[in-house]
Amino acid sequence: MAFFLARRLVQAVLILLGVAAITFLLLYFLPADPAVLIAGRSATPQMVAAIRHELGLDQPLVMQFLHYVGNLLHGDLGRSYTQKTEVLPLILARLPATLILMAAGIVLEVALGLTFGIIAAVRRGGFVDRSVMMLSFVGVSSPQFVVALLLLYVFAATLGWFPMSGFGTARHVVLPALTLGVLGAGWYARMVRSAMIEVLRQDYVRTAHAKGLSGRRVVLGHALPNALLPIIAMVGIDIGQFMSGVVVVEAVYGWPGIGQLAWQAIQQVDVPIIMGVTLVSALAIVLGNLLADFVAPFVDPRIRSQ
Amino acid sequence: MNKFVKQIGLAALLATSALMPARLAFADTPTNGGDIIVTYKDDIATLDPAIGYDWQNWSMINALFSRLVDYKPGTTELGPSLADSYDVSDDGKVYTFKLHPGVKFTNGRAVTAADVKWSIERAVNPKTQGPGAGFFHSIVGADKMTAGTADTMEGITAIDDHTVKFTLSQPDATFLNVLALNFASVVPKEAVEAAGGDFGKHPVGSGAFTLKEWTIGQRLVFQKNPDYFIKDRPHVDSFTIEIGQEPLVALLRLQKGEVDIAGDGIPPAKYLEMKKSPEFEGMIVDRQQLETSYVTLNTQVKPFDNAKVRQAVNMAINKDRIVRIINGRATPASQVLPPLMPGYDQNYKGYAYDPEKAKALLAEAGLKDGFSTQIYTSNTDPQPRITQAIQQDLAAIGVKAEIKAVANPNVIAAGGTQGQAPMVWSGGLGWIADFPDPSDFYGPILGCGSAVAGGWNWSWYCNKDIDARGQAADAMPVPAKAEERNKVWAQIFTDIQTNDAPWIPVFNERRVVAKAKRMGGPDEIYIDPTRVINYEAIYVNK
Repeated sequence: MAFFLARRLVQAVLILLGVAAITFLLLYFLPADPAVLIAGRSATPQMVAAIRHELGLDQPLVMQFLHYVGNLLHGDLGRSYTQKTEVLPLILARLPATLILMAAGIVLEVALGLTFGIIAAVRRGGFVDRSVMMLSFVGVSSPQFVVALLLLYVFAATLGWFPMSGFGTARHVVLPALTLGVLGAGWYARMVRSAMIEVLRQDYVRTAHAKGLSGRRVVLGHALPNALLPIIAMVGIDIGQFMSGVVVVEAVYGWPGIGQLAWQAIQQVDVPIIMGVTLVSALAIVLGNLLADFVAPFVDPRIRSQ
Repeated sequence: MNKFVKQIGLAALLATSALMPARLAFADTPTNGGDIIVTYKDDIATLDPAIGYDWQNWSMINALFSRLVDYKPGTTELGPSLADSYDVSDDGKVYTFKLHPGVKFTNGRAVTAADVKWSIERAVNPKTQGPGAGFFHSIVGADKMTAGTADTMEGITAIDDHTVKFTLSQPDATFLNVLALNFASVVPKEAVEAAGGDFGKHPVGSGAFTLKEWTIGQRLVFQKNPDYFIKDRPHVDSFTIEIGQEPLVALLRLQKGEVDIAGDGIPPAKYLEMKKSPEFEGMIVDRQQLETSYVTLNTQVKPFDNAKVRQAVNMAINKDRIVRIINGRATPASQVLPPLMPGYDQNYKGYAYDPEKAKALLAEAGLKDGFSTQIYTSNTDPQPRITQAIQQDLAAIGVKAEIKAVANPNVIAAGGTQGQAPMVWSGGLGWIADFPDPSDFYGPILGCGSAVAGGWNWSWYCNKDIDARGQAADAMPVPAKAEERNKVWAQIFTDIQTNDAPWIPVFNERRVVAKAKRMGGPDEIYIDPTRVINYEAIYVNK
C-alpha cells in the first residue's frame, strides 16, 4: 500500500518534469522572438541584442533549460511578455476564482449525476429512465461553448435570473458551474445507473428488502456506497477535464480565473504565461489523480487490504 | 469661459477643423466630482511608464505620472507641464528646462532635476527592457547606454534641483514630442527600487491620479491626487477599471447606467445598428486617430523588387469595398500619413482603383499572366476577412495571393525576417503614431535603419536619397521652421508613394468608445489623439 503510493508520487514528479520540458521546447518552435516583442518597434538591432542577453536567450539551449528548471524549483515561472510582470503572482491571484468554479462544477455534476442516475436505475426501462438517458446523452455530446451561450441566452439575457458575467456573489457562479458540470453530470448519471443496476441485482440487496427496510434506505444506505467507488476515481480525472474546460467557460462568462488568463495569453502568444498555466494545470491533474488514489482505500476496504 | 476651456476649444478646432464640423458641445464648464466605471475585456498590462506600451495602459500611465512637457487635452499641441519653461540653444542641440516649484511625488518627496535624469536613463537602460529606449537616441550617451557599456547618460545634467539640461548629438525636431511620451515620465528612484522589479504593479508618480487598488483580473481603482500641481484638474474623484467584461455585456451595462465608459467600444458586427439607434444618441464617440492600415510590399522579394509591380497592385485594391467590410469604421487612405498628421497632403490622390491600368502595368513589367505570392495577416477578426477582399482584388489582375493568417507576434516575426513575407497586411498591428510628428511614420517603418532583422520596416524599403532628406528635415529648428519642415516631410512621403510605392495604404481606421450620457466634455478628450481616454480632462455632468 505505502509502496503503491510512493510509486505514484515518483510518477507524478516525472510527469511534471516531462511537462516542463515540453512547454519549454514550445518556446523554441515558435517563430516569434521574445526579445523583438519586448523591445518594441522603435528598437535598434543593438537593443534587441541587449535584451536577448538580459533574458539569457543567447546561451545554449541546454543551459537555458537548466536555468529554467532551476528557476521553477524556486517558484519562478518567468515574466510575462505582454503584462511585463512575474507570472506566478498572476496565476496565484487568479487561482482561487478557478478553484471556486471547479469546486462548484464538481458539486453540481456529482449532485445532478447521482440524483438522475439513481432515479433512472430505480425506474429502469420507464419513461423517466429513458428521458434521463436521453438528456445525459445530449449533455455528454454538447460542446461547452454551445452550452455556455445557450445558458447565457436563456437564463441571463432572456429570463434575467442570473447575471450575464462577472464574479463576486453565489449567483455569479451558477451558470459557469452548470456549463462545466453538464458534461460530467451526463457521464455520472450513466455510470451511476449501470453501477446501481448491477448492485441492485445482488443478493444482499434482496436480503435488505426482505428485512423490511424501506426502499429509500435500501437504495441510499446499502446499494449506493458500493456504486460510489468508480465515481471517486472519476472526480480525480474530472479535475483535469475541468482544467481544459475552464478556458472556454471563463472566457465566455468573464470569470477572472486562470482559464481567462490562458485564453488571453494564447491570443497574444505570451509564452511564459502559457507555460505557467500549463504547468499549474498539469500539477492540478496530477494532484487530482493522486488524491483519488489516496482516498480510494478509505472508501473501499477491499483496496485497503491489498 | 475659463482658461482650460478656451485652450482645448481653440486647439481642438485647429487640429481637426479640416475633418470635423465645429462643435459647441464643449463650451460647458467642467464640473468636479464623481466616481466613474470603465470596462475592458483584457487584463491591464504593467503601469510602469518605462515599459507600458499598449492602447489600454497608455492613458492610465499618462494619468499616473507627469512629464516635462505635455499635450493640451484633446489636441496635438505641446505645452509646458512639469517644466514651467524651457530654452533651446541656437544650434538646436541644447535644451534647458526649469521645473515647476513645489511638485511632489505622491509618496511626499519633492520632484527634482535628478529624478528627471534618473527616470530617462532608466527608460533607456537595456536592463529595464523598455520598448521606448529608441526614442531617446539623439541624447548624447544614449548609444553607450543601450549598448550596456554605461550606467548614466552624459547628455542629461541636473544643474541644480530645479534645472535639467539635455545635450543632443544632432538637432532633433521631434525631441519635445519625445519628452512628452510616457517613457519620459518622472518616477521616484526609491519607489522603483522598493517595488523590486514590479514597479508596474505598484506605481508612484506625480500625476493627476494615484493607484489605490489593483485586484488582478478584476479591477483597478485610480483616485484623484489632491496635490496635483495643475490646478482644477483632474475633475473626477476616481475612476475604476473593471476587467474581463465582454464588449457586448459592457454595452448592455452601459445602457442600464452601471458603466460610464465601455473601453473596447462597439464590436464591428453591432456598430451600424447602434450608430443608427436613437437609444445610443450622444453615447458613441467615433474619431480619427493617427493611424494608417496598409499592406507592405517587400522590395527585396520578387516580383515586388520592381516598382511597376508595386504600383500595379496599388491600383488593384478596391479600398471602398474594404471599408464597407468593417462597416464604414474607416476612411480609404491615399498616402502613408493619416489625415490628422502634420504633413498630410490633402491634394495628393495616390493610386486610384483601376484594375485595367494595373493589368497593363503588370504586362509592362513582363508579368502579363500575373504571378503567385503570399500575404501575411493577423488571425483575429476582422483582419482575415479584409485580407480575403485584398486576395480577391489581386486575383482580378491575375495575382494569386496565398493567405497566411497567424497570431500577431508571428506576423511581426515574419515581417521582420529578411526575404520571408512578400506582403503583410498591417491590420491589428498597424502603425499608430507615438507622437504627432511625420518623422514617426518614416524612420521606424520606412527608413533604412529599420530595414533590419526584427525591424518594423516590412517593405524592407531603403532609399538612401530619401533617408538623407529626412535627416535634413529633422535637423530643421522647431518651432521656428515647423511649417516649412512639415512641407518637406509632406513632399518626402508623396515622393516615396509616387516613385517607389513600398506600401498599399488601405485605410485610416477610426477608434470608437461608448460613454454614458452623464459623461461630459468634447469627443476629443475621450479619444485624445495622443492618449486615447484623457482621464485628467473628462468629467461628469451635474
